[in-house]
Amino acid sequence: MEFWNDPITTIFNSLLKSFTSGGMSEGLATVLIYLIGILLFVTFAMVLDIFLVWIERKVVARFQDRLGPNRLGPFGIFQPFADIVKLLIKEDITPVGADVIMFNLAPIFSMMSVLLLWAIMPFAPKMVGVDLNVAMLYLVAAGSIGTLSVIMAGWASNNKYATMGAFRTVAQMVSYEIPMVAAILVITVLSGTMGVVGIVEAQEFLPFIFYAPLTAIIFLISAIAELGRSPFDLNEAESEIVAGFHTEYTGMKFGLFYAGELLHSFTFGGFIALLFFGGHRFFGLENLGPIVGALIFIGKALFFYWVIMWVKYTVPRIRIDHMLAFNWKFLTPLAFILLMVTALVGRLLLDSVWLVPALFLSNVFVGWMTVLYLKSHERKTREAEDAKSAVPVAQH
Amino acid sequence: MQSPWIYVGIFVLVGMLIPIAAIVIARFLAPRKPNAIKQSTYECGIETVGDSWIQFKAQYYIFALVFLIFDVETVFLFPWAVSLNKLPLFAVFEGIIFILILLAGLIYAWKKDMLEWV
Repeated sequence: MEFWNDPITTIFNSLLKSFTSGGMSEGLATVLIYLIGILLFVTFAMVLDIFLVWIERKVVARFQDRLGPNRLGPFGIFQPFADIVKLLIKEDITPVGADVIMFNLAPIFSMMSVLLLWAIMPFAPKMVGVDLNVAMLYLVAAGSIGTLSVIMAGWASNNKYATMGAFRTVAQMVSYEIPMVAAILVITVLSGTMGVVGIVEAQEFLPFIFYAPLTAIIFLISAIAELGRSPFDLNEAESEIVAGFHTEYTGMKFGLFYAGELLHSFTFGGFIALLFFGGHRFFGLENLGPIVGALIFIGKALFFYWVIMWVKYTVPRIRIDHMLAFNWKFLTPLAFILLMVTALVGRLLLDSVWLVPALFLSNVFVGWMTVLYLKSHERKTREAEDAKSAVPVAQH
Repeated sequence: MQSPWIYVGIFVLVGMLIPIAAIVIARFLAPRKPNAIKQSTYECGIETVGDSWIQFKAQYYIFALVFLIFDVETVFLFPWAVSLNKLPLFAVFEGIIFILILLAGLIYAWKKDMLEWV
């Protein structure tokens, strides 16, 4: 029963006892147990990644009215294993003039930036790698290693397309980090903590989606942009710049970029579930134990992984000037206005029953005003254009 | 001893080890027969002209500068957000004024046409 209620601590304590009884110092034993645990955890992430490849291929096939992989094993579930074997035995080409060290480090950093996020993934309150008190800053910081890997890959490839793709990606990732940070700030204001376990606990009464629905949408959009997935995949726009920053990569190095992207999507699905949908909670089912909670969390993360895929295969790619204008002239001001509104309303109605309805209604109000403003702005630009084009017609 | 950063440190090491292992395994399994044509820079079949490390648009640099303003200032906002419910109401207005100053920077860049992609 003790194992069922808190599996990680139980295993940790029993291992610590058996290690220290052999004469090992407690510090060394702790580090050793951490190492074993992290190795198992990361292996779990990689195995999950293999299945994410299968899910991705199966879902995109369904969106495009195809069958997808269906030969190897039931529903083609062994297809990704065959893919891995293929990637492993493909020749690894380093282009002439490439910066070899940077060229090899880039895929490693790309994968590492995703795996680092798993250190703070709270599958259940007692099944979290580490409950940092600055977890939200850590999330942003670890994410920027991914940006670094992209610019490394693009610059080291000695390829014009790769360099261009890297510049585009950095401009995009750097820009969309701002609304994402603002959305995280809203959550921090609401929960009063930056730790992941604290954020899950703060949603005991209601998930934060009811407190901040607009912020959830902003977070979803900026997460998709951070991932570099369609409609924001102009870092690898095939028709313009071949494959962007990973044009010159072959074999397993390309595989690491690809697997990193998929695992990144899943990880952000998990963070959307954590920040806005109550983490491991599902109508009291989580009280059965942390293992059930972890399964619920993975289910929610997979659902948002599917939502990200849904957006990817529905919306066409947008142009770079539109992308940047959308971020700087729309998302960033809106996110900061929401932050101010949430801070003010949340502080004024602290511990009041009206807190949730007031926050929800203020979100609706802000959204409504935004739509009205956009409408009038659109009408003004259209009228200005009409007036401009009307003059030469009148002179004829 | 129970410092969480030891855990994060080990996580960084393991997180680098797994991709390195994948690349090293691939190096043993994959064929290696390089030749000049195979290693040439891929530009859709056209021969590469000039240096690949080209000049890039200064626009990217301006967006990075605007980003820098926000990124540095949001670090100051995190402590404010964490302790908001324990602070007096006055602190909320101070934070809002801080954000408004931030947004004034954005509007300045906007009016100067720094956010246009030219």
